[in-house]
Amino acid sequence: MKFTRRSTAIAAVLAGVLAAGSACSSDDSADSGKITLTVDTFGSFGYEELFEQYEKDNPGITIEHRNEKEHEKVYVPNLLKYLETGSGAGDVVALEEGVLTNLRGQSDKFADLNQYGGAELKDDFLPWKWSLGQSLDGKSLMALGTDVGGLAMCYRTDLFEKAGLPTDREEVGQLWPTWQAYVDTGKKFQEKVPDTKFVDGLTTLFNAVLSQEAPKNGNVTYFDASEKYIADTNPAVKSAFDFVAGLDQDQLSAGLKSFTPQWQTGFKKDSFATMACPAWMLGVIKENSGDTYDDKWDVAAVPGGGGNWGGSFLAVPKQSEHPKEAADLAKFLTSAKSQITAFKAVNALPTSPEALADPQVKDAKNDYFNDAPVGEIFATTATSLQPVQLGVKNVDVRTVFEDILVALGQDKLDAGEAWQKAIEDGRDKAE
Amino acid sequence: MLDVRKRSAASPAPPAEKAPRSRWSTWFDLKAVPYLLVSPYFILFSIFGLFPLGFTVWVSLHDWELAGDRKWIGLENYTELLQDGEFWNSVLNTVGMFVLATIPQLILALMLANALNKRMRLRLLYRLGVLVPMVTSVVAVAVVFGQLFARDYGFVNWLLRTDGLDWTADKWSSWTAISVMVDWRWTGYNALIYLAAMQAIPRDLYEAASIDGASARRQFWQITIPMLKPAIVFTTITSTIGGLSLFTEPVMFAQGDVGGGSLGQFQTVAMYMYESAFRHFEYGYASAVAWMLFMMILLVCFFSFVFTRRIGGDK
Repeated sequence: MKFTRRSTAIAAVLAGVLAAGSACSSDDSADSGKITLTVDTFGSFGYEELFEQYEKDNPGITIEHRNEKEHEKVYVPNLLKYLETGSGAGDVVALEEGVLTNLRGQSDKFADLNQYGGAELKDDFLPWKWSLGQSLDGKSLMALGTDVGGLAMCYRTDLFEKAGLPTDREEVGQLWPTWQAYVDTGKKFQEKVPDTKFVDGLTTLFNAVLSQEAPKNGNVTYFDASEKYIADTNPAVKSAFDFVAGLDQDQLSAGLKSFTPQWQTGFKKDSFATMACPAWMLGVIKENSGDTYDDKWDVAAVPGGGGNWGGSFLAVPKQSEHPKEAADLAKFLTSAKSQITAFKAVNALPTSPEALADPQVKDAKNDYFNDAPVGEIFATTATSLQPVQLGVKNVDVRTVFEDILVALGQDKLDAGEAWQKAIEDGRDKAE
Repeated sequence: MLDVRKRSAASPAPPAEKAPRSRWSTWFDLKAVPYLLVSPYFILFSIFGLFPLGFTVWVSLHDWELAGDRKWIGLENYTELLQDGEFWNSVLNTVGMFVLATIPQLILALMLANALNKRMRLRLLYRLGVLVPMVTSVVAVAVVFGQLFARDYGFVNWLLRTDGLDWTADKWSSWTAISVMVDWRWTGYNALIYLAAMQAIPRDLYEAASIDGASARRQFWQITIPMLKPAIVFTTITSTIGGLSLFTEPVMFAQGDVGGGSLGQFQTVAMYMYESAFRHFEYGYASAVAWMLFMMILLVCFFSFVFTRRIGGDK
């Protein structure tokens, strides 16, 4: 789910590009006393079961679920268009972290969930997740958190064995306590298995390392707390950049861009042996690799100890005709119990301390990944996650950096040029 | 009509209640009805064509965020655009791909039409066959061409023995790949227009030429091409408009990304416009791009028109 920048479904992308204008409005059958609530989501939230249950428990409510696989190029533009024109948005809409940050200054477009009993829910969420849902002026509660993006490292046990490396997830985790150790392991791997690259691409790791470096540098990335562009001076950005530039230099990267067809083909052609994976990535790996690779992937700890990547929220646009009912539904969907259901459905890591401590999450194992104790791996990192403060234009600048890293992988730029171009183009987008 | 005239001639002072009515209906028949009959197009055009055109000018004079504030800034968007390296990069890409795609496309279409105009077996099948690329689903095209031009395990790389060549990495390679896609989709369409025009050329011209001993090649250049001039002008204009507002093919080539490659190697003006509006939410700036594109199309269309009018000499 969320963070499907380079989304899987080309079909959805193109259909969306061509039919970006198609919008359906929720139809109410007010005369029969029934209320229809429209819920807009992207990627997969794992809510199907919850919708059925909610409709059963609330006979007056019908839920219409509109899901869009592609996030950044279809879902977001449509959502912003609905918000701009004041009609067309669902009663409950899902917002990715970066998009929410972008909208936090426009709290007038969203219902204040405090008016519908939202304030009491504070303890049901990790503190930082809760505060991100507040509007910029702190006066209203714009959104409730659905999940967080705890980070781990996925690796191919069969290829590790071929390279003479340990395959047990504990031992693999110990191979790379730091990112430097990860690179050293990569070099050893590459010597033995020259046909498979150690990493899938640069952008994923860049984001992962950046999310770890940020807390060491005032918890900011491209922008400081006052929205000033600091990518050129923030050591977090530079060290994440240098790290992946080094990976490229050492030829450890397959140079694939996540969610492209080439990347998807790579799963079945043994193009890469490791990849940084947030909780929700496990489902993506399974889907792309298929049954042939059952039990060939495993999950180990990520170098550098934990990281926070993505995560989403639910909000109620002010244009909703049934804000109270919509808020109730949003509260239900983000409750600890519902988060457990979503975790079981699509491995969306809960943001509720209660759900994270629940045995169903904590002790969960994933049979596709050698019965990896995913609950233990992800839930432990989730509680230690640091909120990274994102700027309003974070998504724009991030896209610039990612594109330039791809160019670096294509040998169109050397590391020095790439860095200069990234900070300058980033500045252009920031202004 | 005649009836009306006769009556008014016979009685110069017709009954008061009848005359205005018939005079009115005459006026209505002669003056209003023709306009009324053509009006639906113009009404629709002004709502869906003219109004957006004008509104875009209005938007382009503002600092207008898609979901946010707007502020009047006059011509600032345009002055900024003229100094925007990314914009000029997209202009270069658009013109480059236009030249690389359109010229071979029209020549190929002409040759194809000429071939289809000959007597042969299964002629209808071939004629319909050239339209197949047009009815192929866009999604299928994206998937197939994505595979053909893939860096790893791609068919074209295998064929040319250029293993590991990333077609999206360079301008020349991405332009070539996209031009192939454009030509694949649109050559058949233009060929069909040429074919239709060729069939309208009177046979006796060719017969007379044959009797005079003109070769097939000579007949093609001296009869077919000059007679096709209106069709050539038409296809040139439509291809110019299509080529300069190129969007679908390069977006498909980038798997749905409007950025057009890691460094904008193949980002067209239309893609830049879309990116400004829907990725950076700068509605005003995107409108300025739209107007620049419009101007560019007008300019290039004018030159293409002047150029193609000279084809085949004076008629």
